[in-house]
Amino acid sequence: MSMLHTVNKSPFASPTLASCLAHAVDGAAVLLIEDGVYAALAAGSFAPTLAAEARRLRLYVLAPDLAARGFADAALVAGVKMVDYEGFVDLAAAHSVVQAWF
Amino acid sequence: MAHKKILFVNRKAPYGTAAACETLEAALIAAAFDQEVHLAFLDDGVFQLVKHQQPAALGLKGFTEGFLDLAEYDIDHVWVEAESLAERGLSEHDLMIPVALLDRAAMAALMNNADLVFSA
Repeated sequence: MSMLHTVNKSPFASPTLASCLAHAVDGAAVLLIEDGVYAALAAGSFAPTLAAEARRLRLYVLAPDLAARGFADAALVAGVKMVDYEGFVDLAAAHSVVQAWF
Repeated sequence: MAHKKILFVNRKAPYGTAAACETLEAALIAAAFDQEVHLAFLDDGVFQLVKHQQPAALGLKGFTEGFLDLAEYDIDHVWVEAESLAERGLSEHDLMIPVALLDRAAMAALMNNADLVFSA
């Protein structure tokens, strides 16, 4: 069973997401939470990087963290799926290992 | 107290740390002491001003609606770095209050001309 990675830092302020993506193997799941959700904005300058990674990783973003930051209805990078807290739990349960990048 | 031009430099996103909330509080206090308060937003700090934030989604009360009350504190110098907005796919229309846009060089000059800089 593949890994779930969680990332809680903005890609504009920290290399945390870049390091996660560099270490995530094909087929792994990456869930963007807290300030990590800024990476998923389609209009942002990190979007091309994330769109490329969506071809080999399963990418998720936590909806309440997007909403809190004013982006409930924002366009997201193609291939990134929104999940709620229940979806977060499902992801954690479905993967044998969870690694938190922070 | 001598009247000083105090620049509050906001570089952090609103909820990941307490820095943004605490900087706003400090700015309001400085304004209450009749100082010339300037607020600068650059890097992830521009996310503080994004419209339609719903902190209740996280069970938080939120603080950014405080930016709507800046005029009541006679704070009318709000500067936003254009490059920081553009990198994040934002424009001034995505922000909750009217701001003055500066390019990076002008932001550097603003910092250089302050009597005091409070950065977070």
